[in-house]
Amino acid sequence: MGGNEMTLVLEAAVLGILTGGVYALMASGLTLIFGVMRIINVGQGALVILGAYLSFAFFRSWHLDPLLTLVITMPLMFALGVVLQIVFIRPLKTDREALSVLVTYALALGIEGVLGYVFTTNYVQLRAWYETASFAVFGFHITYVYVFGFLLCLLILGALFLLLYRTSFGGAVRATMLNRTAAQLIGVDVDRVSAIAFGIGVAAAAAGGVVFGITNAFNPGSHYDLISRLLTIIVLGGLGSLRGAIIAALVMLVTEDITAVVISPVWATFVFFVVLVAVLIVRPQGLFGVRVRERI
Amino acid sequence: MKLKALGLLAVAVVAVLLPVIAPDPATTNIAVFTVMYVGLATAWNIMGGYTGYISLGHAAFFGFGAYAFGLMLIHLNITPGYGPFLLVPVAGLLTAVLSVGIGWIALRTRAATFVIVTIAFMFMLQLLAENLVKLTGGGGGLGLPYPHDWGGDFFNTPYYYAMLVLAILGLLTSWWIRRSKFGLGLLAIRDDEDKALAVGVPTRAFKLTAFVISAALVGMIGSVYGYYVTYIYPQFVIDPLIGISMVLMAFLGGLGTLSGPVIGALLLEPAQLEFAYRLGASRLYLVFYSAVFLIVILLLPRGIVPSVAELLRRRRTAQVAS
Amino acid sequence: MSLLEISNLSKRFGGVVAVDGCSLSVADRSISGLIGPNGSGKTTVFNLVTGFIPRDTGELRFKSRSIAGLGPDRIYGLGIGRTFQLARIFPRLTALENMLVPVRRAGLRAMLSHGQWRHERERAMEMLAFMEIAQVAGTVGGALSYGQRKLLELAAVMMAAPELVLLDEPAGGVNPALLERIAEHIRKLNRQGVTFLLVEHNMSFVMNLCDEVVVLHHGRTIASGKPKEVRENPAVLDAYLGA
Repeated sequence: MGGNEMTLVLEAAVLGILTGGVYALMASGLTLIFGVMRIINVGQGALVILGAYLSFAFFRSWHLDPLLTLVITMPLMFALGVVLQIVFIRPLKTDREALSVLVTYALALGIEGVLGYVFTTNYVQLRAWYETASFAVFGFHITYVYVFGFLLCLLILGALFLLLYRTSFGGAVRATMLNRTAAQLIGVDVDRVSAIAFGIGVAAAAAGGVVFGITNAFNPGSHYDLISRLLTIIVLGGLGSLRGAIIAALVMLVTEDITAVVISPVWATFVFFVVLVAVLIVRPQGLFGVRVRERI
Repeated sequence: MKLKALGLLAVAVVAVLLPVIAPDPATTNIAVFTVMYVGLATAWNIMGGYTGYISLGHAAFFGFGAYAFGLMLIHLNITPGYGPFLLVPVAGLLTAVLSVGIGWIALRTRAATFVIVTIAFMFMLQLLAENLVKLTGGGGGLGLPYPHDWGGDFFNTPYYYAMLVLAILGLLTSWWIRRSKFGLGLLAIRDDEDKALAVGVPTRAFKLTAFVISAALVGMIGSVYGYYVTYIYPQFVIDPLIGISMVLMAFLGGLGTLSGPVIGALLLEPAQLEFAYRLGASRLYLVFYSAVFLIVILLLPRGIVPSVAELLRRRRTAQVAS
Repeated sequence: MSLLEISNLSKRFGGVVAVDGCSLSVADRSISGLIGPNGSGKTTVFNLVTGFIPRDTGELRFKSRSIAGLGPDRIYGLGIGRTFQLARIFPRLTALENMLVPVRRAGLRAMLSHGQWRHERERAMEMLAFMEIAQVAGTVGGALSYGQRKLLELAAVMMAAPELVLLDEPAGGVNPALLERIAEHIRKLNRQGVTFLLVEHNMSFVMNLCDEVVVLHHGRTIASGKPKEVRENPAVLDAYLGA
């Protein structure tokens, strides 16, 4: 391989890591929701896009820097998440796992419809003044925007870890994830934990949405692409494993970006799924998942 | 019992004579799509309703069936007319083969992951359809030859009957499975998979079989669809909305019941078509869709048929008591 | 002749050693008991024998043939049935349907045929009558009382005429009258040639019913023999009182 190609691959790898950060953030919300409530939020992609559009609206009307809009959108989306959980998820008693997929899918469609109505289906993108500015490292260029986005994701993921492992609320969340009934027995308000966890997951989506929106053009229909990747990532990482989601996101995105450079962009997305299938054949529970027998 | 048989007979008569009763193309078009969804919901129910493994990627089989049919039609140089309908079972067989591969991998996981894996496979297939341009025409679509001599008003009719035949085939299969030990095993898997294993049910083989049967039926319906619309685009034929519609219909009517998917389809499809027609351009029809979906799931989580049956049962016991 | 032969069976879950070189044998046509303090590994042994979890080391022989590595459905097909600690039946199926689920041979014709149904239905009704719960044949499993579920569970397991039945706490959560019925059913079935291995905490139940008793402690066999011998074994007393 010539030196030039090598640089391209390295660049792709770095890009993969940077964008992997965004996906890690979005996926962490998704896997957290699964871990606490054992539901698959198929609407996570739509919520990301919603977050992106919210930022877009603020950015368009008030000319705020997109990353600053997070100060407003994250709390807003958190509240939305809590409300959604209470209204649409909590009432589900029987067949929880299956029904929640349908409910969240319905929510995704609703969000897509409303966004399409309000913003039309034209592609938009969040703009920041430093968008195209880049710096050079070892002979290849990295755009500032990607780095900021990555740092933001690290920050929020770090905050998430702190929350989960250093606060009593986090302890309650982890207890619920391990064993819902046992958690209830030791006094954890499982309903409250679930609602807040969902809210956190949605807030993470909002944050991810901003970074995603800066680095990608999007429209209301973009949630399909997103959710298929996010779902793939959390399955690869192991449902419910935060660590797994992050590592899987990085692995997947790096693989995809390198494939885009080495083979072609067209097949890069396909590779995404090929990796998933390969892992499923060898290790159905994902990288960090546990082979759980429901009860014995 | 007699009432039930009479009711069924009436429905059957109407179904068979529909193109005669209401020959205008607008109505028959709605009829084609409605019966199509009756078939799709019934076929999906064989896997999702009986085993409890929800596949959200069945649109993959729908689209694959359409493409398989279309490619055979084009490359085998068959003159369009009634002949090509013979290719439908072949498309079904090819879809079955595909589903064995997908099912074998997807069923290595438990129910929650299974859903996601089916979605992943659907998107994989969509990507393949879009990118194997030489084979499928890619995003530009695949144009199928169609019978030019089937005049305006008559055109929809053969397709309607083809869909009806497939829907009946699906219902018969579903009915027969339900009455067999195989079907009981599927229901057992749905209730408690580990317990089913403990009493000797070969769960993997059963699940895979249900999956393949379901996929083959959907593939055949997809091929008739492709023939009907004459132009196959990857995003419209491997469309998540088609996949989710058949699921919603089965849920609305009642998972695991025989008449549930039928009722769900009969109620939802005409409404869906109507709303897409009125609101389609403005994307608001997605909101309508979402609303119906949420109302159904939250208010009638067991579906119409089981809820009605429960109501009747309670009334009957109340009558007996009084 | 021992029907079930377990040698040096071991299983660990992460850092916890659940079963630690356990060995025991179950004599043909016997009613054997497996007892031990809580956490001694009894249910784990059941799960290992019936293929629900894979073993780490050791041998499992049924009728002199190794059954290690087989899935639960294969093991049932070979003639080993089991009940669960909390009686498990199919809640959305009727009692009769519950009886018809168990699979003897997974042959294609057997699965698809409807004709075999009548024969099986008759057997199912007979078995329900034997357990004295024939009157609930049409009731869905979820609507049955716990006692009825326990009886249904056992009845359904018997449908494929297993030679060895593992009972996980058959006396658990059961009132004395029902307990005596259950013991009677077990004795009757045993006279018809079925071998039983039961895990139990109810000592009088075990001592009255079992021919042989094996005692497990910390995943290892510490005593085995006639109930009377085991009851007076100092190691056993230590295990229960000390632990």
